[in-house]
Amino acid sequence: MSVTARLDPQSRDSLRLAALLAPTAALFAAFFLLPLARLFVIGGGGDEGWAVYATILTNRNHLDSLIATLLLSAGVTAVTLAVSTVAGLFLVRHRFPGHAILVAMLTFPLAFPGVVIGFMVIMMAGRQGLIGAITQALTGSKLVFAYSMTGLFLGYVYFSIPRVILTVMAAAEKLAPRLEEAARSLGASPWRVVADVILPALKPALLSAGAIAFATSMGAFGTAFTLATRINVLPMTIYTEFTLQANIATAAALSFLLGLITWAALALARSFAGSSVAAAG
Amino acid sequence: MTDRFHLDAVPIRLESCGKTFPGGSRALEPLDLTIRGGETIVFLGPSGCGKTTTLRMIAGLESPDPGGRVWFGEEDVTALPIERRNVGMVFQSYALFPNMSVAENVAYGLKVRRVERADRERRVEEMLDLMHLGAFAGRRVDQLSGGQRQRVALARALVVRPRVLLLDEPLTALDAKLRDSLRLDIDRLLRGLGVTAVYVTHDQGEAMALGDRIVVMAKGRVAQIGTPRDIYHRPTDGFVADFIGAMNRVSGQAQSGALRLGRGAFPWSGPDGPVELLIRPEDIALAAEGEEDTHLDGLVAAAVFLGDRTRLVVETGDGPPLTVDAASRSGLARGDRVGLRLDPSRLLNLPQP
Ligand SMILES: Nc1ncnc2c1ncn2[C@@H]1O[C@H](COP(=O)(O)OP(=O)(O)OP(=O)(O)O)[C@@H](O)[C@H]1O
Ligand SMILES: [Mg+2]
Repeated sequence: MSVTARLDPQSRDSLRLAALLAPTAALFAAFFLLPLARLFVIGGGGDEGWAVYATILTNRNHLDSLIATLLLSAGVTAVTLAVSTVAGLFLVRHRFPGHAILVAMLTFPLAFPGVVIGFMVIMMAGRQGLIGAITQALTGSKLVFAYSMTGLFLGYVYFSIPRVILTVMAAAEKLAPRLEEAARSLGASPWRVVADVILPALKPALLSAGAIAFATSMGAFGTAFTLATRINVLPMTIYTEFTLQANIATAAALSFLLGLITWAALALARSFAGSSVAAAG
Repeated sequence: MTDRFHLDAVPIRLESCGKTFPGGSRALEPLDLTIRGGETIVFLGPSGCGKTTTLRMIAGLESPDPGGRVWFGEEDVTALPIERRNVGMVFQSYALFPNMSVAENVAYGLKVRRVERADRERRVEEMLDLMHLGAFAGRRVDQLSGGQRQRVALARALVVRPRVLLLDEPLTALDAKLRDSLRLDIDRLLRGLGVTAVYVTHDQGEAMALGDRIVVMAKGRVAQIGTPRDIYHRPTDGFVADFIGAMNRVSGQAQSGALRLGRGAFPWSGPDGPVELLIRPEDIALAAEGEEDTHLDGLVAAAVFLGDRTRLVVETGDGPPLTVDAASRSGLARGDRVGLRLDPSRLLNLPQP
């Protein structure tokens, strides 16, 4: 006789549930809780002790870096969502020669490491870049923005579009055409149909794709590192603190903060998406 | 209650409206059709015959091939997109907005039309009451049954006072019992409102019950237009006769002004030769085998008890078996021998499809 057989049905159910949850719980503990706890402890284990968490928030440089990263990620998320929604809807609704190739090409950047993205931004908007050459020829002065926030912004948008576009396209395939026809029969203009039918139906997909774009931008490092020097985003700051100044406690505290903020943003998006999914039934 | 909602009865006219889809498939041969104001017209036909396509051309969701015109009363609406035609639509799949409550769904058309809030709320409430949905105003649509959802869809379509109400198989997704009760509701509603309505179905029972007139369609063309009685009793071709209700085929021999059919002989004006005739089950009377005045003898091959009557399949040994209705308590069963008496005035001689 097994142990479970002697239990009443209800506790057997909870036991089974616990067994099913165990792998997830183990993964969560091994790859999320433990490292984060460890980071948290290391952060507090430096010369300053726990005060480091207060210090990083009052340190001008760190705070700037945090705000810049947040703004950059929010901007990248917003622009990526806008571009990808329009493009994704268009691609789902119109078939034309070369459609499949175009979709395949759009998903290209998924395979590139951040360094390559940075390199591409430099080729486009760097000192020897395409945009520089064109503006030089047209206006006489060279437009170079690869090594600034603008360059990083472009790189991140380029990098984020594929994931978001694929998610949007998958969701757009499932839009019910009758719903749009019903709205139109009631007098809704094409714009109203977008606002009242299409966007609400895409909302869960947009929220989750946006959350991923946001999190990726928060933590991306390769591109920033390639474009380097004048860009002060959190992953770069952590890198500097850790390798150049051997300030391990501060680096750990910053990492903890980065993880916490990103997690909070994702959780927020998820709860929004959750409620709207339930409402969509 | 419905008086207050009385709608304008706008006649609709289709003028040589054909439809060829990209890719070259001809869904609809050029069609001329006049729908009277306030009339409920039903498009009936087998799957793929072009019912939905015709409905969508009236709605403005498809445009007819060049040369076709759609008229709402005196207005040529051919070039108007659906959002400017003021039509109400009801779909098989309900198509309710999932992100809105019942009341918000019904209010949507009024909101788009910028009807003032107080007026809007009053009209929504009246319409919900009319459809017996008052108690569900605040519900999410996924918390409603299929029948309730379709009533919300009807309310949403009607509250804006459309010029025509278009329904594409609105009852098909519902179970039999609900279908009957909602069909009665729709019938009452359409009569009460006086709105011009076009109703698509492949269910002949629905078509008979709801239609002032029925348009029977086959393979992209109109086979017959008429009242339910016309269509049933005076089908103009074999397709309509077979599609609507049960129909029997009997063959006889015409010779010098008389038609011999089994033991019987009827006056006949057509040319000599073999003739195939059609007759409905209810126009064949049952008698004892070999009884006087019977025309055919047969063996009951199957008996299906339907409650109010028993449907018999009778083998006569000559041509296809005949379907005949027996009284509920007749007690006839498989293996019994019967005599059949055909009503000569009900025999139909139709061109074959
Ligand atoms: N968008 C389209 N593109 C190409 N062919 C189409 C399109 N819509 C309909 N058809 C074709 O046109 C014909 C008529 O279609 P329609 O939808 O009007 O039939 P229906 O009578 O409503 O059938 P059902 O009872 O199955 O709904 C069919 O052969 C169908 O395949
Ligand atoms: Mg159809």
